[in-house]
Amino acid sequence: MIAGASSSGLGAAIGASLLQLFAVALGGPLLMGLMVKIRARAEGRKGPPIRQPLLDLRKLAGKERIHSEHTSNVFFVAPLVFVASIAVAIAISPLATTTPVLSRSADLFVIVFLILTGSVALALAGLDSGTAFGGMGSSRAMTIGALAEPALLVAMLALSIQTQSSNLPEIVSATLAHPGWIASPERPLAFVALLIVVIAETGRIPVDNPSTHLELTMVHEAMILEYAGPELGLVLLGQAMRLGFLFALVANLFFPWGIASNSNPTGLLLGIALLGAKSVILAVAVTLIEISSAKLRLFRVPELLTGGFVLAVLAVVTGLVTR
Amino acid sequence: MVHLYLYGLALILAGALAGAVLPARSRVSGAALLGSIGCTTTLIAATRMLLGGQASVYQTSTVLPFTGVQLSLDPLGALFIVVTAVLGIATSWYGVGYAGKIQRSRIETGMFPLFLACLMLVPVAAGVVTFMVAWELMAVTSFLLLLAEHRSRPEARDAAQWYAAMTQFGAAAILTGLVVLAAHAGSQSFAVIRLHALGLSLGVRSTVFLLVLIGFASKAGAVPLHVWLPRAHAEAASPVSALMSGAMVNLGIYGIIRVGNGLLGGGVLWWWLVVLAIGVASALYGAVQAVASSDLKRLLAFSTIDNIGLVLIGVGAAGALASTGHRLLSALAMLAALFHLTNHAAFKGCLFLAAGSVQHATGTRDLDRLGGLIQRMPVTALLFGIASLSISALPPFNGFASEWLLFQGLLHGFAAKSSITDMALLAGVGALALTGGLTAAAFVKALGIGFLGQARSSEASAAHEVAPSMISGMVLLVIPCVVLGIIPGVVLPALGRATDVGLGGTSAKSVRSGLGLSLSGLSGAIEPALLLLAVLAAIIFAWGILQLVTKLSSRGPARTIEAWGSGRALLTPKMEYTATSFAEPLQRVFVDVLRPSHDAEVTHVAESRYFEHEINYRLQIDDAIERSWYRPLVRYVMAWGNLARRVQNGSTHRYLAFGFVVLVAILVVLA
Repeated sequence: MIAGASSSGLGAAIGASLLQLFAVALGGPLLMGLMVKIRARAEGRKGPPIRQPLLDLRKLAGKERIHSEHTSNVFFVAPLVFVASIAVAIAISPLATTTPVLSRSADLFVIVFLILTGSVALALAGLDSGTAFGGMGSSRAMTIGALAEPALLVAMLALSIQTQSSNLPEIVSATLAHPGWIASPERPLAFVALLIVVIAETGRIPVDNPSTHLELTMVHEAMILEYAGPELGLVLLGQAMRLGFLFALVANLFFPWGIASNSNPTGLLLGIALLGAKSVILAVAVTLIEISSAKLRLFRVPELLTGGFVLAVLAVVTGLVTR
Repeated sequence: MVHLYLYGLALILAGALAGAVLPARSRVSGAALLGSIGCTTTLIAATRMLLGGQASVYQTSTVLPFTGVQLSLDPLGALFIVVTAVLGIATSWYGVGYAGKIQRSRIETGMFPLFLACLMLVPVAAGVVTFMVAWELMAVTSFLLLLAEHRSRPEARDAAQWYAAMTQFGAAAILTGLVVLAAHAGSQSFAVIRLHALGLSLGVRSTVFLLVLIGFASKAGAVPLHVWLPRAHAEAASPVSALMSGAMVNLGIYGIIRVGNGLLGGGVLWWWLVVLAIGVASALYGAVQAVASSDLKRLLAFSTIDNIGLVLIGVGAAGALASTGHRLLSALAMLAALFHLTNHAAFKGCLFLAAGSVQHATGTRDLDRLGGLIQRMPVTALLFGIASLSISALPPFNGFASEWLLFQGLLHGFAAKSSITDMALLAGVGALALTGGLTAAAFVKALGIGFLGQARSSEASAAHEVAPSMISGMVLLVIPCVVLGIIPGVVLPALGRATDVGLGGTSAKSVRSGLGLSLSGLSGAIEPALLLLAVLAAIIFAWGILQLVTKLSSRGPARTIEAWGSGRALLTPKMEYTATSFAEPLQRVFVDVLRPSHDAEVTHVAESRYFEHEINYRLQIDDAIERSWYRPLVRYVMAWGNLARRVQNGSTHRYLAFGFVVLVAILVVLA
């Protein structure tokens, strides 16, 4: 269980983590592409190819680096911190295996605050640009983030009551050992709460519209409006990784089957493949929600998130009563 | 060890004397020099106590009549002395630059070290009289310091009035409670009281606990007794604000632990549920008000209420778990509370000092008039930034470590399997989670609006970096933010000793020693140092990719261009988001808590009513609890005061008549 027990064990754990990181960095943009594709098809359009987000990243990488005036180093460092924080969350979480590197520290509190770190970095960058759009985006993103975070933390707490641990690999392993838990009443409640949070944190409809450029409605797009070229690519990659990570994590917390319990290559590859399948199913589900709903007014979003928080609290209460 | 501590105290008092008698030129630096040497001495004494010294006692029958002075230095008190001493050194250094060329009065420069000395005296007081004298001296000195700038800023008078009223009300409650205990024990010494307190009936003990809780909670600034805090902490000079927020409010927590767990022996479950409920209310109310506030120091003051709330949640959970017999779980929650208290002193002290630097450099603390300070005050901006990230509980800084520990304390508390504690702990987790996000929003606002972007006023664009002595004070407080965040394990043995004393002397080791945090006997661990290494590696990797991509595209280095203004040619600072507009969505969400008042005034141009000449929009968010609970009370008291004026018209004859009537009445009653 403890990473670093032997040097080969540590090496294997690092290898597994890098594999997870690579898979999510590649899979996240593809999931985004898939969601755009499904939406286009449902609307009777052909839509861009699924690998379009990857092509966009390549295009942005070839562009000139441009900083707007008034910006400080914060503007430059923020995308790096954003991507790095999400990358570390991916590397240490139980995605392909329950034994990635630093899995002892893969606490749900750590993951939640790593995600928050990325959000704070981008929000500061939005304000750093010194424009109306940047500030507006930051304000809205922090509003949504501040309300989504408690729902996220409490929903994950519901899962950690049975195991008496907030360590994610332990939660996943315990669910594997007790398959009956999946039918316990708090799980569906926690699942719906987490789904709401994931939609908010990844900026999907009905919380935010990833394809809008209308100032009345945009949240995330406004915050990163001043980014261009490779730095914009970095931000977009980070967003895609966050989406892939949250889908994968939610999938594994509720349906952990297929995850490897060690770092041997065949198990890992199987774990990655099944993880991909689970994430695709979740992505399809989220897209169906997106297609069938309209974007909420910004001031209605807190009601949705409060609903998520209440569901999460109910999940914990149910868990406490039925244990 | 207590003797070394007393030498330190003597040095600080010498500093107070130096501040009062030295000529104007050397007054401030003389007091600061002696004060910081004295603080260092007490710091050494208290640190040695925390690292494994035996509790030691000092008594003298002089100084105070009848009872003398009893002092006892134990690990719990030592922790509070360490915190105060570090803050004392930092604020003393900072004070030298802060005073600058302005002549400071003797009272002000002498009072500051005296306030420090009182802050250090309270945690070692081992008798009711000693404690109350130290407590009241602390109140008086801080009250005078708060009034120091009342000539230039009349708001300080209002703040001082509120502070005096609340603190005297609290002290009366504490005194009543302690006197009941002392009367029963037949001695005013804490050690004797402790032996006899359990002999009292539960009803009396509960009354005493509620009385001291009211007193200590008002000093700690817990809701609903917090009304003085946002005023006093905002209006005091920044070094004083830092000491009040980082050290003085802690002593409220100290009192609750010392009396509730120590003298009264832990008590019953509902006591601690009350503490936890106060903590939840304070955390949420403080966080929501901090988000909405656009005055930098008021924001910091409300965030102090928020953090004190988190500490009270930990203390309440610890007491509740201890009273239901779960020593290990209780020790974990108490450890987390004390750790968070320590961390809060570091980052809040630094934030108040940095806010003082901003005020010093720009003359304003209104976020809506700041902006772009990172260009002109880069060091202050960096230090404020680190402290902001710490208070937002972002890894790898110290706020993250203690909030993680607090979260673990609450989560593992569920193992007690009692439905009442379960619900209380759940409320605690909910508050912790909600304040986490709100605090991040509040400090993104403070940092982003205050220091980033473009300057919103001419004062902000004319700002300058502050003096090296001020920076050194802030740096001293940022060091613990970073070190305790990366290797939190190093302070845990010391905190563990304070926890053992705090919970009444039993030893329960809840966290393993090491660099990171690892619970013993329970599941849960984090290694912030390794996480930091991983994040740094990822940042360097991403940076490398960025450089590589730039090189491959052969487009040259980054180019700086005008920001996108939606087609407008000029982008002025007026178009930027302000602190008020940043907080507007959250203010709407919490409108029922904040209850803001706003009105718009439109004047039309003379020629036509269809064209507006000017629109004045005012938004005021004051303290809703103060408005709805305290204002009616104040009105009631004032009404009675007016009635009393009729009797008291200044005529000596009438007063003599009153005296005569009362004398006769007494004689009649006695006869």
